Amino acid sequence: MAKQTTLELWVGLFGVAGLLALSMLAFKVANLGASDISQGYRVAARFDNIGQLKRRAPITLAGVRIGRVSDITIDDDFYAVVTLTISDKYDKLPLDTSASILTSGLLGQQYVALEPGAEEEYLKDGSELQVTQSALVLEKLISQFLYGKSETGN
Amino acid sequence: MNPVRRLGRWTIARIARLGRASLFLYQILMRLWRLAPRPGLLIQQIYAVGVLTLLIILVSGLFIGMVLGLQGYNTLVDFGAESALGLLVAKSLTRELGPVVAALLFAGRAGSALTAEIGLMKATEQLAGIEMMAVDPLTRIVAPRFLAGIIALPLLAALFTAVGVLGGHLVGVGLLAVDAGVFWSQMQSGMDFYDDVLNGVIKSVVFGLVVSWIAVFEGYDCVPTSEGVSRATTRTVVNASLAILGLDFILTSLMFGEG
Repeated sequence: MAKQTTLELWVGLFGVAGLLALSMLAFKVANLGASDISQGYRVAARFDNIGQLKRRAPITLAGVRIGRVSDITIDDDFYAVVTLTISDKYDKLPLDTSASILTSGLLGQQYVALEPGAEEEYLKDGSELQVTQSALVLEKLISQFLYGKSETGN
Repeated sequence: MNPVRRLGRWTIARIARLGRASLFLYQILMRLWRLAPRPGLLIQQIYAVGVLTLLIILVSGLFIGMVLGLQGYNTLVDFGAESALGLLVAKSLTRELGPVVAALLFAGRAGSALTAEIGLMKATEQLAGIEMMAVDPLTRIVAPRFLAGIIALPLLAALFTAVGVLGGHLVGVGLLAVDAGVFWSQMQSGMDFYDDVLNGVIKSVVFGLVVSWIAVFEGYDCVPTSEGVSRATTRTVVNASLAILGLDFILTSLMFGEG
């Protein structure tokens, strides 16, 4: 009987350790909970070009992450419509907040940076950002540079 | 004509064996619910395949994590991207190395033991004896071992991954002086629960099922001699390892194929 109890104890410990490891992976490694994409309100932003922006890319304000990109589509006028899901904690963003697509580091992933405006009214679910700045596409910059150079007659 | 006939015989034998294995799996699955009133059988087997495999899993996980830390650092530092070390270690462990290496070790440590045990029971006619006593050997012997493997491997893989991340942390932060905050924050912002952790768990459940299935089938289907048991044990390790690696490719292309 004593042997059976030790055995049960070991199996119990094994189960607890396995579940602990799994929850460590979930919460400590994958940071589940802090990055829940369904929490928050949705704001649309139209861009000419989004570059390499992807779904789940971070949205930052003053460098602090406040949400994630939840959807990217194209509208009838061929603008890219990016749906930003911003955490409910940050619900006091002015209506004329502007969005730009920036790159973290030289080769890093792209993210949406918000710049707060000065309006009295706040953004709410379903609003659209009026002022946006598209991603810089390196090839376009280079061709612009070459074109501009030949324009001035070298 | 002889070589062609031999090829045909070999093919038919293979397919027949696959059919027997599938029927065997179906029979086990149909008997799993009969374990419900007797959890003691299951607990004993989880101890045998899970707890006793724990040590090799933890030690290997630690070393794999530490090696990943060293190798990853040496590669990343050339690009000035050593801050991404935590992400590299965590992603490779949760997505690939955790489930796959844990399953390979499990096949070698627990799968071979399962096959040898069941094969020896068959060779010494214990299975026949049990059946004579009107006890179904599939319910009494095979089903608990099969289910224990499916339960134990995901837990082992999770432990492997967690210990591996800690090992990477040990080398990256302790030895190579990557900043601890950067290590964890890069990892947390780059990792996704569903894409990375959950898919890894799904993989290890599938591997657990396949390894246990192969192990109990090879044991049950072996030639009941000492040579037959030893061959069956070898086949378990070889077939299970091949199945793990092949399935891993299929699962990975299904899960991450779209980029």
